[in-house]
Amino acid sequence: MAEEKNKQSNEQGQQPDKGRRDALKTLATVPVLGAMAYGVYQKRKDALRDRNISDVFSLSNRQASFLEPQPDGKQIRIGIIGFGIRGKQLLRAAGFAEPSWIDDRIRDAKNNKNDSRYQQYLEQDDLNIVVNGVCDIFDVYGDAAVLAGANIHREGSNGKFGKEPKRYRYYQELLAADDIDAVIIATPDHWHSTMAMDAARAGKHVYVEKPLSWTVPETYRVREVIKQTGVVFQLGHQGRQTDCYQKAEEIIGNGLLGNVNLIEVCTNRNSPNGAWVYDIIEGANPTTIDWRQFEGPEERVKEYMDYMKTYGLERYVGPEERHKFSLERFFRWRCWWDYSTGLSGDLLTHEYDAVNQIMHVGIPHSATSSGGVYFFKDGRTVPDVLQTTFEFPKNNMTMLYSATLASSRNRGKVFMGTDASMEVSNILEVSVDRDSQRYAQKIQQGVIPTDAPFYSYVPGQNSSDTVTSATELYFAKRGLLYTYVNGKRYDTTHLHIREWLECIRQGKTPSCGIDQAFEEAMTAHMGTRAYLEGRTMYWDPDKEEIVRGEIV
Amino acid sequence: MKKDQCYSGAQLTWLMLVRLFIGWHFMYEGLVKLMNPHWTSLPYLLDSKGPAASFFISLTQHEGLMTFINLANEWALLLVGLGLTLGILYRLSSIGGMLLLLMYTLSHPSFIGADYLMPFEGSYLWIDKNLVELAALGLLCVFPTSRIIGFDRFLARKVPAFVNYKLI
Repeated sequence: MAEEKNKQSNEQGQQPDKGRRDALKTLATVPVLGAMAYGVYQKRKDALRDRNISDVFSLSNRQASFLEPQPDGKQIRIGIIGFGIRGKQLLRAAGFAEPSWIDDRIRDAKNNKNDSRYQQYLEQDDLNIVVNGVCDIFDVYGDAAVLAGANIHREGSNGKFGKEPKRYRYYQELLAADDIDAVIIATPDHWHSTMAMDAARAGKHVYVEKPLSWTVPETYRVREVIKQTGVVFQLGHQGRQTDCYQKAEEIIGNGLLGNVNLIEVCTNRNSPNGAWVYDIIEGANPTTIDWRQFEGPEERVKEYMDYMKTYGLERYVGPEERHKFSLERFFRWRCWWDYSTGLSGDLLTHEYDAVNQIMHVGIPHSATSSGGVYFFKDGRTVPDVLQTTFEFPKNNMTMLYSATLASSRNRGKVFMGTDASMEVSNILEVSVDRDSQRYAQKIQQGVIPTDAPFYSYVPGQNSSDTVTSATELYFAKRGLLYTYVNGKRYDTTHLHIREWLECIRQGKTPSCGIDQAFEEAMTAHMGTRAYLEGRTMYWDPDKEEIVRGEIV
Repeated sequence: MKKDQCYSGAQLTWLMLVRLFIGWHFMYEGLVKLMNPHWTSLPYLLDSKGPAASFFISLTQHEGLMTFINLANEWALLLVGLGLTLGILYRLSSIGGMLLLLMYTLSHPSFIGADYLMPFEGSYLWIDKNLVELAALGLLCVFPTSRIIGFDRFLARKVPAFVNYKLI
């Protein structure tokens, strides 16, 4: 039959209308293109119609902005005090990595082609600084800091190094040096404010790790000294450089969540390292560690002991004698109130500072805490599970901080409002409340869904005006997308140091300056005191004091 | 020469349907990507599994190469779709489509134990829809229809080289 048809078509080929038939058969499927165009047009129209919510959900396409370095900036001469875990990270973020760290990254990159940390590190911007002085009371750290400071070309152990910075054993000597303009302080908490004040008095600009202070009294003093001396001060909450927080601020500022009445922020870790059980480094002994300096500034220790004694909190002091050398206490100092501010100072402060950046809430009206040492029964005095509730009656809201160091179940940073809730992490998602008044009409029309996040912001993508596809979001949430997009992803710590340096050069105020730092420290102290004393702490804004008992 | 055109009505109808459906699928996949300026194959490649995974992941490590891969994938999808739909350089289009599908399969094989970030919408063991489409394209390749319905009618006459090189 097929052959017959073929024959027929051959015969037809001889007919006069052959050309017309031929053309028809040639072009027969062209209308499919029309159908495709129509379908695509309809699909686009549908997508755009569904997203026309500008009357109730107005948001700019603005991308996060950061203080950009000026091309002809002056070179800044840096000193670093404290070269432990965080000090190493900070100096690395500033462009000076230990050669051994570079060796490790090169090896990782060789073993796993997907590991691009080494490449990313090499591509990190040069901040135009030089490290002239390093200080650590542990010889191994001090020597390592010298090597890192000399590693101007970011090379491994076999590389070419620059001039070695001078190693100081006393930070006061480093601060007295003429060839240092600014210092990075990454010591244990009980030294933060004292060193920051001494540095400011010596005319050095200060980048100090969080929290600002260890005792309450020093918190006032450090604010005063920083303000009086006028040095450029940055507190180490690198979260300030998180892209999403700027968008979150805009969303709340535009009232898109309605009245935000509850914020939940969390810490979830589940590893010895996360619980501050750090390694004890080889070579550490009473001769390589200057224990006397580690004990802390006398004045501070007195303030600490006064408070503990006055309120009957001696059970939280020690338990070992302060002057007794202990490797555990030296390397795992965060586990004891004698040096540490616990979960409040170490991790709550990051969460609080994020909320303060987004909503400018200031110091809370009150703080109530509970918790205990429930898992890491290793002799520590600071709790490993902690809940602190902060009340902000002026803002008509509560901030709940909930932390555990023994479960890594992830709970996000969630802002709950009457019209929508927002979860902020590396990406940002807004979910509309099904009982919202603001969006009621759109919900009814089926334009706004309530069973899934309806707005998502993915850093680096202009997702406000395009439909971020489900696939992109799926990958972005898992951190795959923007790690490699455009080849460059900034480390927030790097940006935070960069901002501080640029403020020094341009005479500006950093985003986590002394006022934000004061608010951060007082908030953390309220939470800590509430835990230690087992009662609610209140803030008197007129006297700027933490008080016990109700303020009417 | 006309041997490949000896189809019954039903045979031709089904061959045309398979051809148009696959063509439509490729065309739309290409268009969607071209219309989204943020589209990139990067996460898909990073999520590669199986023996060729390291090859696909290594492709993502060069920015220029990624730009090229993205463009090539978008346009290849669209052109294969157009080629199949309109019957232009039919054999070349079919084989091009098969190569694309082979790449996807090598990058995301349905092996036992291979878990992907983006879940498949069905359940597969070794054979997934990519492979089915690949086989269907192979079938179309050996049962061509573009010289019955399609631009190849015209092209075959005007440029015999296309026929000689088996592009049609």
